[in-house]
Amino acid sequence: MTATAENTERKAWMGTLASAPAGRVSALLAALGERPDHVVLRPAEVGSVMVRGRAGATGAPFNLGEVTVSRCSIRLAGGEVGHGYVQGRSLVDAEAAALVDALMQTARAGEVRATVLDPIAADRMAKRKARAEKAAATKVEFFTMVRGED
Amino acid sequence: MYVAVKGGERAIDNAHAWLAEERRGDTGVAELTVPQIREQLGLAVNRVMAEGSLFDPDLAALAIKQARGDLIEAIFLIRAYRTTLPRFGSSLPIETAHMACDRRISATFKDLPGGQVLGPTFDYTHRLLDFKLAAEGQVPPAPVAEAPAGDVPHVTSFLNREGLIEEAVPEDRIPPDLTREPMELPADRALRLQSLTRGDEGFVLGMAYSTQRGYARNHAFVGELRIGAVAVEMEIPELGFAIEIGEVIVTECETVNQFKGSKTEPPQFTRGYGLVFGQTERKAISMALVDRALRWKELGEDDEGAPAQDEAFVLYHCDNIQATGFLEHIKLPHYVDFQSELELVRKLRREAGAAFAAMQEAAE
Repeated sequence: MTATAENTERKAWMGTLASAPAGRVSALLAALGERPDHVVLRPAEVGSVMVRGRAGATGAPFNLGEVTVSRCSIRLAGGEVGHGYVQGRSLVDAEAAALVDALMQTARAGEVRATVLDPIAADRMAKRKARAEKAAATKVEFFTMVRGED
Repeated sequence: MYVAVKGGERAIDNAHAWLAEERRGDTGVAELTVPQIREQLGLAVNRVMAEGSLFDPDLAALAIKQARGDLIEAIFLIRAYRTTLPRFGSSLPIETAHMACDRRISATFKDLPGGQVLGPTFDYTHRLLDFKLAAEGQVPPAPVAEAPAGDVPHVTSFLNREGLIEEAVPEDRIPPDLTREPMELPADRALRLQSLTRGDEGFVLGMAYSTQRGYARNHAFVGELRIGAVAVEMEIPELGFAIEIGEVIVTECETVNQFKGSKTEPPQFTRGYGLVFGQTERKAISMALVDRALRWKELGEDDEGAPAQDEAFVLYHCDNIQATGFLEHIKLPHYVDFQSELELVRKLRREAGAAFAAMQEAAE
């Protein structure tokens, strides 16, 4: 399936949930109040994903090594199906991410975005910016000594 | 020959109890926590993730604690844990061109787009013991500067514009996986790279060093070394599109190697490639040199008979878990094996003695 406007948005929020530090998604979901009624379609489980790289950065793919990932799928009483994929080994975060994914497909999307997704995205941006700024401070500024040849 | 024997349970239990006590050490000294190891022994954690072939800093830190700092033992623990995990799938190849670089240097170009960014490096330190670290103290915050926006381009892309360097042509086939099928030789480059990235740092370093000293010398320059975070994306079947499932820190090294040309290739620069989990630059540079040495066949170079060109030698000996498993098993009970050897030597001595006696008798 090619990326549509709808799944581009969903891809973005699922990526945000996946990269949150352990405990963060479930803590922010709790801030939304009582969990909505749902059935668990696929209980939370921990597994791995084989990460691939490419020879010479752009050539043929090869297997680099695995990363731990937890996942879970649920269905809300309203029928919306949510899938949670989070890095690491947190079953509660995987289930919370599945609930957030489902809730984002409901009328509560705005509230969920503001309470759960925006803080995670802001933290991530801040963390990334802080590292980039430290890296920038270690950039070498070359200068040439005056040779006095003129 | 293997014969089941019983006994030793009590001795083993007691040995393990003592091991636990020794691991803890002097209880007057505060116990190490897993987050302390993860945060403060980060390069050990990175090595365990790279060679354990599983990116999970908390697990690697736990393994280091359990192994009392024996990194090969910690890698063993991670490899064993890894086999218990169901595999959800494989990621799309990571895009190192989009890396958020903590460090990015080139030994071949002084002025290059994106610049020389040193990052948190040991380079240019004086390697003098810092006794201030023996005392507790606050670390002043690292200086900051405004960060440029956008991706940092790969160095090899500049050389490619002139056609001076071989291209890494994009391909999309499913790579072989040595964690699923036993490695078979000849190995293609994808299998070699998988084997090297999880190979023992010391072994790969020694092999790389041998090429620098003249055993299949390939004149490597570090075209680029970059370290940073890269997003990992995977196709999710139930969604029908790919999502980001996390982020890994990797070290990537691209070497640019002198190449006079061969029967099949024009004179141009060739490339070696290293990509390793974590901040692991010694390993990534070593991997790139060994990768380049192992490419002699596809580049039409001569077989110099150098160890680093011999893929059976390199690939079958670079895995420290296989190596340590086979090496250390000889310390486990071999009573029956040895008993039969003992019998054999006694028999040979008896026969030799009898023959000698018979010879002497004949001579008299």
